Amino acid sequence: MLIRFFLMLRAAGVPVSITEFLALLEALQARLIGPEKGRPEKGTLPFSSWEKGSVPFSGLPFSEQFYHLARAVLVKDERHFDRYDQVFAAHFRGIELAFEALVAEIPADWMRKSLELSLSDEDKARIAALGGWDALMETLRRRLAEQQGRHEGGSKWIGTGGTSPFGAHGYNPEGVRIGQEGSRNRRAVKVWDRREFANLDDTVGLGTRNVKLALRRLRRFARQGAAEQLDLDGTIDSTARRAGLLDIRMIPERHNAVKVLLFLDVGGSMDDHVRICEELFSAASSEFKHLEYFYFHNFVYESVWKDNRRRHTERTRTVEVMRTYGHDYKLVMVGDATMSPYEIVQPGGSIEHWNEEAGAAWMRRLLSNYPHHVWLNPEPRDRWEWTPSVKITRELFEDRMFPLTLSGLDRAMKALL
Amino acid sequence: MKKPATRFAGSDSYVATAELTLAVNAAVTLSRPLLVKGEPGTGKTQLAQEVASALGRPLFEWHVKSTSKAQQGLYEYDAVSRLRDSQLGDAKVQDIANYIVPGMLWRAFESDEQAVLLIDEIDKADIEFPNDLLRELDRMEFYVYETRQLVKARHRPIVFITSNNEKELPDAFLRRCFFHYIRFPDRETMEAIVDVHFPGLKKELLAESLTAFYRIRDVPGLKKKPSTSELLDWIKLLLAEEVPPEALRSDDQKVSIPPLYGALLKNEQDVHLFEQLVFLNRRAGRPG
Repeated sequence: MLIRFFLMLRAAGVPVSITEFLALLEALQARLIGPEKGRPEKGTLPFSSWEKGSVPFSGLPFSEQFYHLARAVLVKDERHFDRYDQVFAAHFRGIELAFEALVAEIPADWMRKSLELSLSDEDKARIAALGGWDALMETLRRRLAEQQGRHEGGSKWIGTGGTSPFGAHGYNPEGVRIGQEGSRNRRAVKVWDRREFANLDDTVGLGTRNVKLALRRLRRFARQGAAEQLDLDGTIDSTARRAGLLDIRMIPERHNAVKVLLFLDVGGSMDDHVRICEELFSAASSEFKHLEYFYFHNFVYESVWKDNRRRHTERTRTVEVMRTYGHDYKLVMVGDATMSPYEIVQPGGSIEHWNEEAGAAWMRRLLSNYPHHVWLNPEPRDRWEWTPSVKITRELFEDRMFPLTLSGLDRAMKALL
Repeated sequence: MKKPATRFAGSDSYVATAELTLAVNAAVTLSRPLLVKGEPGTGKTQLAQEVASALGRPLFEWHVKSTSKAQQGLYEYDAVSRLRDSQLGDAKVQDIANYIVPGMLWRAFESDEQAVLLIDEIDKADIEFPNDLLRELDRMEFYVYETRQLVKARHRPIVFITSNNEKELPDAFLRRCFFHYIRFPDRETMEAIVDVHFPGLKKELLAESLTAFYRIRDVPGLKKKPSTSELLDWIKLLLAEEVPPEALRSDDQKVSIPPLYGALLKNEQDVHLFEQLVFLNRRAGRPG
């Protein structure tokens, strides 16, 4: 039975290995958990009251003990807790449900907390429970299958702020909480059905998992091209080993002289991508000697800014940027380059202000000032052809535009060297 | 395990949830390292200290920095002293073992009784750092090349590893650990925690401060949500200033600024955001 659980976890995308599975069996064999015995009030005890007798852990019902134990042994990342919860519920309720329907996720935006519901005691009393537990879960599954969109209020569909038994931030004494941050009414039924870790799940395109790999690429890039320098520790070490005979050692410089000037397009469709890029580059910033970043909207004109909240008051002139940061900086532009072509080629084309000179002129200035430059485009490669502004930008960059994917990053970093 | 009855009997200053207790017990019994993550200020580092004192075991703390190398936890060869000694004609220069300085891991391995080893903030180090410790944590042994000596743990230490998620840890490393994510305590647990730290606290003040605290945590868009340790600091301040509980009570409006909020909000943008929210709420709350 546990093997099926194991396989289901893997099928749901929780990376569990056989060694971990064996460790779980080992833990069960060691009788780490056992049936409840002299159950304390609540699962919160000071250390002094810990006692490791025959059954070291008796504070919780057996099923919950198993839930926590298996999670500690099998799941190594809080981002996977939500998926684990779902698989656990699916498996141990012993119902062959349409597993896909659950894994396909209740879209997070159904759950967005935008409606607060406060009920008086009379109201609460009036809400009738929908029947027993089994009936409730069965209904939830049916609704999940039926429901197509986001829902708020009301008393049937799954959503927020309503009085349906399913969803979050609402009130129904026998409710099933789905995707809610804190505990509001503290009544929801099972720990794994609370789905408290839903907002830690992360499966978007270039997500944190991939960022790790992308980082490796940036690292390699940050270590390359370095001149040899004196390895002081190595020299002392090897001189000492040779009993005082001077032996000079050289190593490649670890933090090399790569300086990066990052320009990020913000606003509108770019916001999600920008967050990823910021994460990516700030994580890599320790590898660069200098990392400076600026924001722009759609295209670069005579000024850019560093703080999005004060973008209208505190701007830095592009000329000043070029004066401050020398030619040895490598220029990385991140943006979807999707706009009206006028915004690039026409003076006064900017949608935000009157620009005396065309964006293209400013871009040419930047590019000639920074001979090493690339443009990273989060839009998929096959869409580039359809957008004239992307084409113009690519021409400006002499084809050094790369998609924001792992291989794209890889090629971009090569092009920068 | 053939240890004489392992009894937790110690510190009253740490409240562990049932899940955490289970995870610790699992890690101790099966002698796997326990990886602990969670919001800052939820007592990750303290856990190892409390377990060590509760079990009466020696504690070895290895605080990892961005420049730390895995090798430093094992041992370091002090070549400079040896060079100096060789020039002074010191006799002990003949034996290289005199210049091998054991690191935290080695010292934990050599401990007479089972030790508790804390590897704190492992994510601060280079991303290869955890990979370099795989064999050491798995087999609890390593090889000293200078002296051709195999160091083996006498008793497998209880290993706690904390991470703040600044870097991802390699899968091979994760596979060898047990994992626990310390969730932010709910109100009940928080009451227990505060009670442990301020035993004589008045009920009213506790209730009011917790309400204010969770209200601030619920403000959407805060850069840094206040954590347990900040709550404790704040209560300490409130006590020192003798702020009456009534001062914390929010009036009819949903949000008001609690006194000494500087202990809770550490970021000027957050303070600003919070004040704006209060302002908006007051305006919205005004009738007509």
